[in-house]
Amino acid sequence: MNTQNPLWRFTGVRPTAWLFFAFLYVPILVLVVLSFNGGQSATIWESFSLKWYSVVANDPEIVRAAKNSLIVATFATLIATSLATLAALGMRGRAFRGQTLMSGVLGLPLLVPEIVTAVATLMFFAFIGLKLSLFTILIAHVVFCIPFAYLPIRARLEGMDPRLAEAAADLYASPWKAFWKVTFPLLMPGILSGAMLAFIISMDDFVITYFVAGAGATTLPVYIFSSIRMGISPKINAISSIILVISIAFVALSYYVGQRKR
Amino acid sequence: MSTLRALAERRQLRRRLLLTSPAMLCLLLFLVLPLGIMFLVSVLVPGDYGGVKWGQYSLEAYLNFLYERDLDDALVFNTDYLQIFQRSFWLSVLTTVGCLLIGFPTALYLALQSERKRNLLLFLVTVPFWTNLLVRVYAWILLLRNGGLVDSGLGIFGLSDGALGLLYTDVAVVIGLLYTFLPFMVLPIYTSLEKLDWRLVEAAFDLGANRFQALKRIIVPLAMPGIVAGAILVFIPSLGNYIIPELLGGGKSLMIGNLIQLQFGASHNWPLGAALSFALLGFVLLAMLLYSLRFKQAAGGGHP
Repeated sequence: MNTQNPLWRFTGVRPTAWLFFAFLYVPILVLVVLSFNGGQSATIWESFSLKWYSVVANDPEIVRAAKNSLIVATFATLIATSLATLAALGMRGRAFRGQTLMSGVLGLPLLVPEIVTAVATLMFFAFIGLKLSLFTILIAHVVFCIPFAYLPIRARLEGMDPRLAEAAADLYASPWKAFWKVTFPLLMPGILSGAMLAFIISMDDFVITYFVAGAGATTLPVYIFSSIRMGISPKINAISSIILVISIAFVALSYYVGQRKR
Repeated sequence: MSTLRALAERRQLRRRLLLTSPAMLCLLLFLVLPLGIMFLVSVLVPGDYGGVKWGQYSLEAYLNFLYERDLDDALVFNTDYLQIFQRSFWLSVLTTVGCLLIGFPTALYLALQSERKRNLLLFLVTVPFWTNLLVRVYAWILLLRNGGLVDSGLGIFGLSDGALGLLYTDVAVVIGLLYTFLPFMVLPIYTSLEKLDWRLVEAAFDLGANRFQALKRIIVPLAMPGIVAGAILVFIPSLGNYIIPELLGGGKSLMIGNLIQLQFGASHNWPLGAALSFALLGFVLLAMLLYSLRFKQAAGGGHP
């Protein structure tokens, strides 16, 4: 397609796009810049300093919350990705009765508003008498991570040539061997991107975690929320910037890897 | 021979169901069952200090949407919640319209770039999605508060005396919602525009259409599935959003999400919270159903 056709330059389209990107990135930039402020104010610039980063690193509460977040995200990712991989393999092939309903259930966590999932899960734990803790957070996270892990794996499976597995069978591979030598390695990029999505989503979740977190089971987003409620501070600027930079680096890396593979 | 094949097929089906079952069980047990319990709670009588009184059924929670009991136990029309529904609805509509106004030209701009540049820009659109929402909303607190950057920025041009009082208003909530959901509008519209056969647009120009006519009669109609998908993806999460009205609305600009949360906190009225959640969920499912009936079929089979 010739994208340089002057007829296709619609008035106002370029400025709007620029406005869009400015709107998207200026707040993030401002936050990161302000995190290097040496003064006591969260918004008035005084001098450059890394002071608040050392405050964050030496705050035992923040370190504990970060550890909790990592523990939950790691286990939720492992469990959700395993379940999603099995489910994707099961859903592959000729359609069977009830399959549409089953895909609906697999996608349900994406459809239900977060606050509704949060409330329903809270009442469920109260109903079965399970005490709120890191464990209840983990259960809730596995549930909403499943579709994020499932979708890329399923997409990868769908794009896979079924003749490759057939060829393996022709070459006298047992179904088990054909799976581990052919299907699984081909599926690996899908599994990896599914796991990565699940990990990011779990690390970032606030609403559901907030509802099903017991006393003492604070994750990083829950910690940030309660600090914001107490008032903005340069400390929140610093911890927020750390989180932002880590996730942007994470996404940029996956983008870079994805570009190279092509 | 045929029975052998049927047997093999049955065995394969059983294996496939077995593979799917762990994820299925997990979702049925920890999502579908809780949603069922939520419905049950919504028709129960609230306990005195949170929780519910099991076995005592009542539709009171749904009546509470519009009425409240006065001291004589009579139902009195009460518009408090109705106002919150209305506010949620209008703020979400405003957000959707705003997203469309900024999102459509942006998607058009993206679709008309060279492939290399397009990929980079698309990446930039998706980055915020992968960063923490709470943190990004917090950034807006820094910008919008009195004496924050928006105030001082406008002050330079003499448009503000440094105290606009933007934070904790409906305006702040809409800005936050716009900011959060704009990529959800841009991406589906971009997807439609990318698939668009630009020769149709060329043909329109050849037949003497001006740019506006080509846009109105060719591009917008063909991008319609993307526009509708984007509108749904923006409107529905806006409606039930909790974080943004909580942090940028500051308890003054409540939306449905905050109302639900309140019932599990200060108000101790679980049935009302459950009923509100159930109504919200019903609304979402209805919207998705209408969308799939209207657009998935029109798009033609083969892509369920």
